[in-house]
Amino acid sequence: MIEFKNISFSYDKDTPVLKGISFTINDGESVGLIGANGAGKSTIMKIMLGLLAPSEGEVLVDGVLVEKTSLSDVRRKLGFVLQDSDNQLFMPTVFEDMMFAPLNYKMTKEEAENKVDEVLESLDLMYLKNRYNHRISGGEKRMAAIATILAMEPEAILMDEPTTALDPVNRRIVINTINKLPQLKLILDMILDTCERVILLSKGGIVADGRTEDVLTDKETLEANRMELPLCLQGYKGKVCF
Amino acid sequence: MNKAGKALIELRQMDELADMESPVHSIHALIKLIVTITYIVLVVSFHKYDFTGLLIMVIYPLFLFNLSGVPIKTCFYKLRLIIPLVCMVGVFNPIFDREVLVHVGNVGISGGVISMITLMMKGVFSLMASFLLISTTKIDALCAGLRMVKCPSMLVTLTLLTYRYISVLTEEVAIMSDAYHLRAPGQKGVHYKAWGSFLGQLLLRSMDRADELYNSMQLRGFAGEFYYADRKRIGVKDIIYLIVWVGIFFFFRYVNVIGLIGNMIF
Repeated sequence: MIEFKNISFSYDKDTPVLKGISFTINDGESVGLIGANGAGKSTIMKIMLGLLAPSEGEVLVDGVLVEKTSLSDVRRKLGFVLQDSDNQLFMPTVFEDMMFAPLNYKMTKEEAENKVDEVLESLDLMYLKNRYNHRISGGEKRMAAIATILAMEPEAILMDEPTTALDPVNRRIVINTINKLPQLKLILDMILDTCERVILLSKGGIVADGRTEDVLTDKETLEANRMELPLCLQGYKGKVCF
Repeated sequence: MNKAGKALIELRQMDELADMESPVHSIHALIKLIVTITYIVLVVSFHKYDFTGLLIMVIYPLFLFNLSGVPIKTCFYKLRLIIPLVCMVGVFNPIFDREVLVHVGNVGISGGVISMITLMMKGVFSLMASFLLISTTKIDALCAGLRMVKCPSMLVTLTLLTYRYISVLTEEVAIMSDAYHLRAPGQKGVHYKAWGSFLGQLLLRSMDRADELYNSMQLRGFAGEFYYADRKRIGVKDIIYLIVWVGIFFFFRYVNVIGLIGNMIF
């Protein structure tokens, strides 16, 4: 469970990015975080991961307060898939990248290798195991990035626009993979068939928080906050969203 | 593709060469490092006129090229910028040292010419040995080896991250160079007026990316100490490799094999 309690944050004194935000995400829930550019979505993720410290309020991950002394424990629980897979995959091969976290978390080499195989098999990605990161496609990189995170056995997964810049087939593969994951998921994106709940952010505050079909059909609220209805609700016949 | 893009490909090719499978690749990184350092130290220690004694030392790189499957032409291609510099070191020796030491037929060869050739050989042999080390050993394995001999963690991690940072920097140069030339058609290189902003942006962008990479590492449990997937123990085969090569190097260093063969023939 992740609890955000009255969080405020600003990069400088004059321009607050987050203003007293509170929300809770329960285990097993899949939540989409949406909002216009500069709404504070990425900042929320960074605060959750302890990469930024809030100026006010507190974040609890599984009851553990996110602070300097607990960062190691908190980060062990949270897996973060970056928007740019090239920044996530920094080792030469997929295998070495996947081994990185388990070895850091003191698994033995054999245990780590078994974990890597288990994850790759579950995602049907064994063919990527010994491939070089710079020789795989964008879609494969995204899948490999998710695999590197799953290899560290996180209790919750945070994803920063996991399907951006993917072709429709790869997008569908990534979405299906995300849907299969049992962990708590917080996704910075509007993936209709993945998130059961959506939080809409605007100007540093939460303007809507509810079931995906309720928030994403509220044209008035969306448009008031520089968003729009999903394309399939804009009059394109034959498309089904929910 | 721009020059930075090509450089990036070359850099990645080195990783791929190091990941090949061969008897040389399978030797423990630390052993290869010790053998290479010993080789370089002994090669450099030859007397400046000991041309014949030094010549036999070429056996090590030639043998390793053959055994590892690393193409020798790749070595000379990748070292194309450094080899001329190394060869320049002794280029003035023939001017300062004109005393004739050897006659080949009627032609007298001065000590300067011999020392120039010896210096060039020392440089080229040392470069070849270094190239063979990095083209048959992954950087992670090398760093794991250094940690085994208790090299400070900070120094080793810094080496590893610097190596990774080179890729990041080169990638950014390639992207920025493309972006620049697409808006400056027909220009060769970057105009000197744009050097300042180009370098400034390059630094900022590469630092941003390095920061992202570091965050990614931290979020996966990195706390200043790398745990290498390539870490393995030194085996009997590694020890034999070490003893045989170091023995051969010392033998060649103190026994002029080519001179002996020459004396036997003539």
